[in-house]
Amino acid sequence: MNPLFEVIRDPDRCIKCRVCERQCANEVHKYDPDLDKMISDPMTCVDCQRCVCLCPTHALKIRPNENQFRENANWSHQTMDEIYKQADSGGVLLSAMGNPKDYPVYWDKILLNASQVTNPPIDPLREPMETKTFLGKKSQKITYDENGKAHYEKTPYLELDVPIMFSAMSFGSISKNAHESLARAATELGTYYNTGEGGLHEDFYKYGKNTICQVASGRFGVFKGYLDAGAAIEIKMGQGAKPGIGGHLPGMKINDEISKTRMIPKGTDAISPAPHHDIYSIEDLRQLVFSLKEATNWEKPVIVKIAAVHNVAAIASGVARSGADIIAIDGFRGGTGAAPTRIRDNVGIPIELALASVDARLRDEGIRNDVSVVVGGSCRSAADVVKAIALGADAVYIATAALLALGCHLCRSCNTGKCNWGIATQRADLVKRLNPEIGYQRLVNLVTAWDHEIKEIMGGMGINSIEALRGNRLMLRGVGLTQKELDILGIQHAGE
Amino acid sequence: MKKVYVNEDWCLACHLCEYYCAAANSGAPNMIKAFKSGKKPVPRIQVEEGSEVNFAVQCRFCDGKACVKGCIAGALSITPEGVVVCDENKCVGCYTCVLSCPFGCIVIDEEGHRIQKCDLCTKNHDGDPACVQGCPNKAIVFEER
Amino acid sequence: MLQREGATRIPSGCAISGFINRSGRRTNGSVIVNSIACMHERSNGLGGGYAGYGIYPEYKDQYALHVFYDSSEARIKAEAFLDRHFDVVNLSRIPVRKNPRITDEPLIWRYFVNPLPTKLQDSQLDERTFVAKCVIRINDQIDGAYVFSSGKNMGVFKAVGYPEDVGDFYRLEEYDGWAWTVHGRYPTNTPGWWGGAHPFSLLDYTIVHNGEISSYDANRRFIEMFGYKCNLLTDTEVITYIIDYLHRRLEMPLEDVAKVIASPFWSELESGKFSPEDTEKYRHFRNVFSSLLVTGPFSIILGFNNGLMALNDRLKLRSMVAAEKGDTVYMSSEECSIRTMCPDVDKIWSPRGGEPIIVTLDKDAGDTRSPRFTQSGAGRVATEVNHGERV
Repeated sequence: MNPLFEVIRDPDRCIKCRVCERQCANEVHKYDPDLDKMISDPMTCVDCQRCVCLCPTHALKIRPNENQFRENANWSHQTMDEIYKQADSGGVLLSAMGNPKDYPVYWDKILLNASQVTNPPIDPLREPMETKTFLGKKSQKITYDENGKAHYEKTPYLELDVPIMFSAMSFGSISKNAHESLARAATELGTYYNTGEGGLHEDFYKYGKNTICQVASGRFGVFKGYLDAGAAIEIKMGQGAKPGIGGHLPGMKINDEISKTRMIPKGTDAISPAPHHDIYSIEDLRQLVFSLKEATNWEKPVIVKIAAVHNVAAIASGVARSGADIIAIDGFRGGTGAAPTRIRDNVGIPIELALASVDARLRDEGIRNDVSVVVGGSCRSAADVVKAIALGADAVYIATAALLALGCHLCRSCNTGKCNWGIATQRADLVKRLNPEIGYQRLVNLVTAWDHEIKEIMGGMGINSIEALRGNRLMLRGVGLTQKELDILGIQHAGE
Repeated sequence: MKKVYVNEDWCLACHLCEYYCAAANSGAPNMIKAFKSGKKPVPRIQVEEGSEVNFAVQCRFCDGKACVKGCIAGALSITPEGVVVCDENKCVGCYTCVLSCPFGCIVIDEEGHRIQKCDLCTKNHDGDPACVQGCPNKAIVFEER
Repeated sequence: MLQREGATRIPSGCAISGFINRSGRRTNGSVIVNSIACMHERSNGLGGGYAGYGIYPEYKDQYALHVFYDSSEARIKAEAFLDRHFDVVNLSRIPVRKNPRITDEPLIWRYFVNPLPTKLQDSQLDERTFVAKCVIRINDQIDGAYVFSSGKNMGVFKAVGYPEDVGDFYRLEEYDGWAWTVHGRYPTNTPGWWGGAHPFSLLDYTIVHNGEISSYDANRRFIEMFGYKCNLLTDTEVITYIIDYLHRRLEMPLEDVAKVIASPFWSELESGKFSPEDTEKYRHFRNVFSSLLVTGPFSIILGFNNGLMALNDRLKLRSMVAAEKGDTVYMSSEECSIRTMCPDVDKIWSPRGGEPIIVTLDKDAGDTRSPRFTQSGAGRVATEVNHGERV
């Protein structure tokens, strides 16, 4: 096996301060007193960029190993490497974070509109520009009594100041400090973060009104107090990175706090089954939805999260008819702490197409009002958010982008538990590298910046309220897409 | 008075504060030159490492001010703002202050003839002290308490 | 080749004008023709039209269908459909006067009809829903036939041309109504299709609209869930359907309809401007009717069975002036057009964005109105006039 990366050190810049050595949990860098030199062993380098970022003299860079196998269009270097790994280990390959393969990114093939002449753009710095969003069933029942007073049915809802929420990441897959950053940021931003399937740490109950409590197939940490703590409950049926696959948090990560939060013995593997073993069909889902509603006094909206798979529209329609208030759809680029590589890279469909067909299907059936649609799975910028909303989403979930704000450099080694940025790790010395005081502020900055950009884009379109953008596909045009793709997206080609 | 404080919860023992401090007080225009021309500059902040807790230590600007009281040469003085500063021209290298500092925060310079101590970067720098600016985890803060 | 309304979306600017006599006194159509003529520069000759209320007192209990036909075949098909669903009390060509600037006219027919009781019963719908569905079906499914007016005791008259020529063409001086609205069109790209001119109407709702809404597709895709088909792809059409849905089907009062279409900004809702009860209600509207919020510039005049409502977008990105003289209320894109109709108004003001002016017939306004009369708060100008600026 060859190292994947090369560590390049500029000796003219290196002052041998040994920050790189101290900060690398993979023990790549080492100071040799005999040589009075920093030396590197690239074999364990994962290109997390921690050393590069902290080097005070910018003496380091990490780059792909230039060593090449003989060129072969069919057998790529990576494919061959993976064969060697499996021949060594006899195991399933694991990967982390979202699908990195070169599949089309439809966001990048969709362009946005702006007002010219016939309709004025609106200046967001001078006029109100509204991004407040409600999620939940929207009952249109309304009656007026003889005095003209309106009586209407109020159903549980989530109120978001920005149409962006932090997607599910469990305590266990990410650190307590990462969770605290998300919780505090969600509170300050007037939006929500999601516990993931690992329960809710007792220190974070105070952020409950900005928390979505997830119930997944392992039911870790689920009890009445947990369900009552949050603003909404999410049933996780699937995850975009690994549709049809459960989860596995190795026992070595189950420390005291995680053991207590997940309500499982310390040191035992936390295994989430692939299915919920009480949901083998749609009618079973309905029972769980209603059980959770009953348990929480019908006061909280229930989200059902599904992975974007081939017949996602029909599944979403079934979910909408199962009492769910919100459907969350996770595209195949969504992240994960660990997934079988073959699943991550080959299963599921792009969120853009899934969203377009779900939204159209729910409208065709006249039930779009019964549920809100939240999409995740690689919304990378404010432009992606605007495009998602114009395609029909009510709000988006972001997670990878949030982790990047916390310092993640997408080295995709979460599964090793040695995250040098203190995010995907439970090692105390690494966890403390993520100071929530910094982390939460960076998340707030990120979402605030996106919100500003969304408002700028909306203003350009002459729209001053996010609801007027929702499902407004005339604001979108495709470039370089086939007619079939345009039909599925429900948009016209640029120039039409 | 605004002072430098360290929160041990977030100190990673990366020692970057030492390097930023040393470079800032070296008079060199950048860190590379500070460390690559002649003797290595000595930082006025030093990280104490433990197995679980790490802590960067520098002058606490304590109430006792034993250093000032003990200085035989009149090199150490207190500015109107409350900062204890050392006049390098007056320091004779007797090390009384080094011995009397209850926190071990006064260090001997790279030449070995004079002492140096944290002066909150009042002489070399604009804004927050260099250690505060250089800390990657906000473990070191400069604030009024 | 240029595509007509329905095949493509055509944005347009415009001029609008209208007035209502609260006592139900009927005024000759020539008055409204003069009012739009003075805003000639706001139109470009690609469409004009009128809606008159109270113009068919002799057939006030029948639905008056005005239909454009591209061909006799279309007429035969549509009439066969009408015969299957309605009792046709009277039918005729709408009388017109030749005007050199109005050309390429389609066949223009008028029918006074009652729904067939058996068909109505089979449909399990109320009468108005039944008629609305039939109209939508003709327009959607019979090629070359287009019903452009379908209310009781009211009618829409529209064509391609300048609005004053359209008024002359339809001989509007021969009709008397207690309320009139008019529209002069300035589309940016149309081959000029008669059906695409305004007002747009469904049952007795008519809309004249000046603006180009940026929320169009959000509104369209939402309202189409409720059985509407936006065939024309115009703003006016979708706004009409929204009002029909909220006002006729959900039976919301127009004051609340206006708060859905041009909802208060969050900053207003949080300012304590409204009572706690209203604040809660408007918050609820912004939640459940979020997709019916119309943004982008618009000024509209809605005609309905016993009144008119004028409404601006919340930022007031289009001009709109209102005035009162005795028991008549005027509303128009420009003051000059009001002064043409009534030089010495009692008061004149510029309504604020998002604040509707709703004027309904007085309760004792005689038998000029249509039989169905559910509007509460009749006989008052339902807006805080003082909020408007004097102009």
